[in-house]
Amino acid sequence: MNHSTSKTLNLTLKIWRQTGPDQPGALKTYTLTNISTDMSFLEMLDVLNEQLIAKGEEPVAFDHDCREGICGTCGVMINGQAHGPDNATTTCQLHMRKFNDGDTILIEPWRAKAFPIVRDLVVNRSAFDRIIQSGGYVSVNTGGAPDANAIPVPGHMQKDAMAAAACIGCGACVASCKNASAMLFVSAKVTHMANLPQGQAERSKRVLSMVATMDAEQFGNCSNTAECEAACPAGIKLSNIAQMNREYMKALLFSCE
Amino acid sequence: MVTVADTELDGRCPTGDIASRWEQRKRDLKLVAPHNKRKSTIIVVGTGLAGGSAAASLAEMGYNVLSFCIQDSPRRAHSIAAQGGINAAKNYPNDGDSVWRLFYDTVKGGEWRARESNVYRLAQVSTSIIDQCAAQGVPFAREYGGSLANRSFGGAQVSRTFYCAGQTGQQLLLGAYQAMMRQVDAGRIKTFVRREMLDLVVINGVARGIVTRDLVTGKFETFAGDAVVLCTGGYGNAYYLSTNAKTCNVTANWRCYKRGAYFANPCYTQIHPTCIPVSGDHQSKLTLMSESLRNDGRVWVPKTKDDTRSPDQIPEAERDYYLERRYPSYGNLAPRDVSSRAAKERCDEGYGVGPSKKSVYLDFSEAIKRDGEDVVRAKYGNLFHMYERITAENPYKVPMRIYPAIHYTMGGLWVDYHLQSSVPGLYVLGEANFSDHGANRLGASALMQGLADGYFVLPYTIGDHLATSKLPKVTTDAPEFGEALNAAKSRVQAILNVNGTQSAEHFHRALGHIMWDNVGMARNEKGLIKAIQEIRELRESFWKNVKVLGTGESFNQNLEHAGRVADFLEFSELLAYDALYRDESCGGHFREEHQTAEGECDRNDDKFCHVAAWEYQGVGNDSVLHKEQLNFEYCHLGTRSYK
Repeated sequence: MNHSTSKTLNLTLKIWRQTGPDQPGALKTYTLTNISTDMSFLEMLDVLNEQLIAKGEEPVAFDHDCREGICGTCGVMINGQAHGPDNATTTCQLHMRKFNDGDTILIEPWRAKAFPIVRDLVVNRSAFDRIIQSGGYVSVNTGGAPDANAIPVPGHMQKDAMAAAACIGCGACVASCKNASAMLFVSAKVTHMANLPQGQAERSKRVLSMVATMDAEQFGNCSNTAECEAACPAGIKLSNIAQMNREYMKALLFSCE
Repeated sequence: MVTVADTELDGRCPTGDIASRWEQRKRDLKLVAPHNKRKSTIIVVGTGLAGGSAAASLAEMGYNVLSFCIQDSPRRAHSIAAQGGINAAKNYPNDGDSVWRLFYDTVKGGEWRARESNVYRLAQVSTSIIDQCAAQGVPFAREYGGSLANRSFGGAQVSRTFYCAGQTGQQLLLGAYQAMMRQVDAGRIKTFVRREMLDLVVINGVARGIVTRDLVTGKFETFAGDAVVLCTGGYGNAYYLSTNAKTCNVTANWRCYKRGAYFANPCYTQIHPTCIPVSGDHQSKLTLMSESLRNDGRVWVPKTKDDTRSPDQIPEAERDYYLERRYPSYGNLAPRDVSSRAAKERCDEGYGVGPSKKSVYLDFSEAIKRDGEDVVRAKYGNLFHMYERITAENPYKVPMRIYPAIHYTMGGLWVDYHLQSSVPGLYVLGEANFSDHGANRLGASALMQGLADGYFVLPYTIGDHLATSKLPKVTTDAPEFGEALNAAKSRVQAILNVNGTQSAEHFHRALGHIMWDNVGMARNEKGLIKAIQEIRELRESFWKNVKVLGTGESFNQNLEHAGRVADFLEFSELLAYDALYRDESCGGHFREEHQTAEGECDRNDDKFCHVAAWEYQGVGNDSVLHKEQLNFEYCHLGTRSYK
């Protein structure tokens, strides 16, 4: 393939508009013409917003930052799918060539009790920060660390830890889950730490505390539907949830925490 | 005519044997006793590698920390996007690396425009960073037996780069973020997310607080403290298109500049050679392809101008591998600034490829033929996938197309050896300061500097300020807070009041064109004078014609953006002015009037071996220049050659 395949699309957008957390929201319909298939999804929204400003209508609020798939800021439901139809791809990395001329695209915010809407497509995900705050770390102060090579970490352990640590904290797992469960997010941090020697001292305390915070933040439970794994742009596997359940049981039954 | 201040700037660098300077200084710094730390409040703005590591370390020491970020979570700062790695002089591979070599490479790579004392300290503490991060659970790549893996990077002759797959920045940032969140839980850090710093409060010449706007409610707030630590990143988005995140901006730095902090070397900008080229007018940002690709990819353009044949139709004899031709010993691994300029030269001459003629090929066909597609996929699979997702071209079959893009800014607020700006009590860390990279930054050195500043330098130096300055207690009731608050409010209101016809986006893109065309990879006197004129006109037009809808009392992303564009429109003039002043070529600053017969940088050490730190004199007025002479006692002035 080369660039000569670029085309233009005419689209109908149905976008959730809501001016504030306590205001009523509704879907509004917009039409866009001549959208290049080379655009990213967010660039398509940029085009819409420029047209709205020109018409004197307030632009659509949506979260975004790095636009290269790593910061975890962006994320909307696109035709009912978190981050849209492309596999392992954030909204900012989704390109318009995945859509067809004449498509109607439904765009909604993440919907979960624990993620209240800020405006339009923007939600408040600070519940994730509070979960990390309750134990998603190794308690080591600056300056007190031994030589990095003093504790060997076998390659396979490092790879497992890295695969879990790759979570970008976007919240797609919660948004795609019918129970609005945060188990994939929480388990990614729990297994990242549990798989490393550095994480052992607080292994039990961490999982108990993070799960308790997760529940207190009103995230639902996991019923193994695996929508989260399908939606995850960072490739976090369902097996992390299985490991977290084992970690939790072990901590509950056998630890002194 | 540039107005030069009478006295020279003092960087407070130690003297004596370079290897013991930092130890000696640490011995001389005053300490703050634990009961007094509990009574001190430190404001840290920004939560990237520098801000996150500083906030965590200060809180661990017992200070009260107020941490501010513009994103919805401290975990999202743009440090997260760094791919390649972090340098440290560990010498684990036993290949002859040392603190000295890392120091020497960094000074030379920065084209002798950085301070020796700072760079040596950076190389010294680099090893502690790796220890600290490993202890936090950062999953660095390991060898089979469990020891840390290293790779070579950015043309270094040793393997000193530590990495976490292609997401080193993400993992280091999450390490600092988690250390921060531990202190939030302990009650020693209070976080304020979705807050934008809009002014610095200076009382009796000392930084004592900040003014912020809550981006969700639009509410203005003031915060008082005993010191302010600015970790707000670089200004690459002055060019509109860059590899920076969309919210990266110069506002916090610029407002501090307007309150008396000097801005140093703004013309030192880094343009990265391997980015995915612009595909159309809709383009909102540029994406970097890791420098590591140049280990196996060959860069070329057709030998004939305006060649429209597809690359597979161009026979070998009709291809110009211009990097290999110009730099036979480094070839495709020539440093970033050199490779970027060479690509621009070919495209400007009409040899560029792609629909816009503004790109060159990065071709893996030889590596695929030599090693097989599987080997290439194992090394670069995720990058090739990312390229294909963005361009819809398959780089295993068709050469990648790349073009340089703005990536990092070496200039920033001037700081002394303690990382304190020219305003006492205002400290500046990471990319936001100017200190360690000179005129060109080497690969894998930005992560190192951000964490060195936050974990291992500031926690020592800030105590000296708190212990020796005898600061009276202040509250936000002080009149200086009211004045700064009103200034911030009225600027936001002024933007809303314009009620013109053009969006902030329109002005930002227009500024980007002026900057890229005239203050980009190659600069000349005529172009810079023209740029300054055009920036002034655009700024005037902005204040007459910008259109921002909605109110200031709500979540209004357009208003946020307009405020940042307004500051870029002032700052960019200083950048161009600095580039005009620096009548030499060095590193990322290339003046066409000063090049060797082969088209390389021609430095002028007699006239410009100094830091140019600018002092604000009012918008549109020429800033006053403060010089800090750079002396090279250990790493003697020389020539960078890659032939």
